[in-house]
Amino acid sequence: MTDPALSQPSAPDRTDSGTGSDTGSETGAGPRLVLGQERPLKLDCGAELGPFTVAYRAYGRLNAERSNAILICHALTGDQYVADPHPITGKPGWWQQLVGPGKVIDTDRYFVLCPNVLGSCMGSTGPKETNPETGRPYGLDFPVITIGDMVEAQVRLLDHLGIDSLFCVIGGSMGGMQVLQWAARHPDRVFSAVPIATSWRHSAQNIAFHEVGRQAIMADPDWCGGDYLNQGKTPHRGLAVARMAAHVTYLSEPALHRKFGRRLQNRAALSFGFDADFQVESYLRHQGSTFVERFDANSYLYITRAMDYFDLALEHGGVLANAFTGTPVRYCVVSFTSDWLFPTSESRQVVHALNAVAANVSFVEVASDKGHDAFLLDEPQFHDTLAGFLDGAAEHRGLPHAEATP
Amino acid sequence: MNPGPAGRPIRVDLELIADLVAPGSRVLDIGCEDGTLLDYLYQFKQVDGRGIELSMDGVQAAVAHGLSVIQGDADTDLADYPAGAFDYVILSQTLQATRNPRRVLENLLRIGRTAIVSFPNFGYWRARLQLLAGGHMPTNPVLPHAWYETPNIHLCTIRDFVALCDDLGIVIDQSFVLDDRGRPRGMPATHRLANLLGAQALFLLTRGDKAGR
Repeated sequence: MTDPALSQPSAPDRTDSGTGSDTGSETGAGPRLVLGQERPLKLDCGAELGPFTVAYRAYGRLNAERSNAILICHALTGDQYVADPHPITGKPGWWQQLVGPGKVIDTDRYFVLCPNVLGSCMGSTGPKETNPETGRPYGLDFPVITIGDMVEAQVRLLDHLGIDSLFCVIGGSMGGMQVLQWAARHPDRVFSAVPIATSWRHSAQNIAFHEVGRQAIMADPDWCGGDYLNQGKTPHRGLAVARMAAHVTYLSEPALHRKFGRRLQNRAALSFGFDADFQVESYLRHQGSTFVERFDANSYLYITRAMDYFDLALEHGGVLANAFTGTPVRYCVVSFTSDWLFPTSESRQVVHALNAVAANVSFVEVASDKGHDAFLLDEPQFHDTLAGFLDGAAEHRGLPHAEATP
Repeated sequence: MNPGPAGRPIRVDLELIADLVAPGSRVLDIGCEDGTLLDYLYQFKQVDGRGIELSMDGVQAAVAHGLSVIQGDADTDLADYPAGAFDYVILSQTLQATRNPRRVLENLLRIGRTAIVSFPNFGYWRARLQLLAGGHMPTNPVLPHAWYETPNIHLCTIRDFVALCDDLGIVIDQSFVLDDRGRPRGMPATHRLANLLGAQALFLLTRGDKAGR
């Protein structure tokens, strides 16, 4: 797939566009842009980061008015491979069923961007990348980043691509936090926003689960105080346990029961030992071991921390509605009935805050027993809702329908 | 009867409501079902419309149709809206199903400059006759549910409603008496026979001195 964004001329009046340089190829990993060379990113922790790299994937074509761009924000362990195969696992894109020609997020109609978040490990600057000051991986020298910092890195990417205004920002879970942060901080650059299965602040329970994961990683001797890359080691076991614990929170009891029940794994009777007797154990171990092949342990620490720190009300005097005062953005808030990690009650709080500023908001709670993961799965009601909302928003934006693909 | 956006005719009482709404205004439709009225108002009156609907099926149908609708209800979701957020707030055939109709009515006129409210009239002569002669709870096309399954927990007569408006300092700008199919009977609901002849009633309300804040 060719990348039309790279053939677009950069807007000459952008401070950063002159300093952005493409270091990647158009195939395989997708483009990587070095940004912030002249104007470093001011992080919420007070540190400055620059230059930094943003790796992203782009699909479709930016129209002449540059008004049809959709930004997709990925979740904690997601990445930019939203609609094409993952380079490490070979699995289809994580929203392959939603993004593509003729699909709900129609790449014949929209120009779709999905950047790897700051702090992650699929090409954007994060703790495993080389610190230009030392020539070695950042490790724990990487500054603690926030959801706001992730968004500001994306702002620089859009500046470089010459996109003043996004047609839509869409994301689930941590992606939804970025969506809310985008709409709150840059309402003039967002026409519509779809926060899915998310919250305006990370709950105590969710911080607690993240802490379990971080402690599992840090308890692994191979973590080496965060310096494992320089010491030629990888904290496989700790990261796998972190993933196993987290994975349970993405599902639901009915979904687990339907999938596994108490069935045994490749055996007729209990072993009276600590092998994976049950299918559910075997499944979790598999989830853990495949995860460590594609994810960096320190990135997991940094990104979970960014989610823990997220509190949109705190930035606005403790009143969530103040984050959206006068917002012109059209919102579509989506939650799932069986999601206990980001329950409907949290989405409803966002809706109430948006109502308090008389914002244009739709809110749908989709019936599903698949837990938090439902937003990644085939949920026709969710897809119909998103399709209808995007169509309605596109009509208000004056975007033409896609021409039939030849 | 005008055709609805999908070529379907809209209910005659909804058409009457639509006629009361000024073009280009801001409208909140509470209990908007699948958004039929909102869609009609958007297509023919270019309103900036929002909806609240209790049933998930209704909300999904409306949002999938490109309308701005949230899942919620009149009792819990009106308090958040700021005063004067809308030109019109519409509550069609829903007031009698709310837990606190008085507070709902106050909220309607707090967040809307104008409220359009319709409800079934329990004082309708057929209802009275069913109770008086048959000794049964009334059922008719406007009150179709049996007593054990009705969502209507706060039924009232036209006279009761007018008294509540008076109590709250709400001004009745316009009113209509409707038959059991929603057709106007050519008589305002403030007419002395309205409470007897109206199967349902429709009111256009504005804030008086007491209700304004």
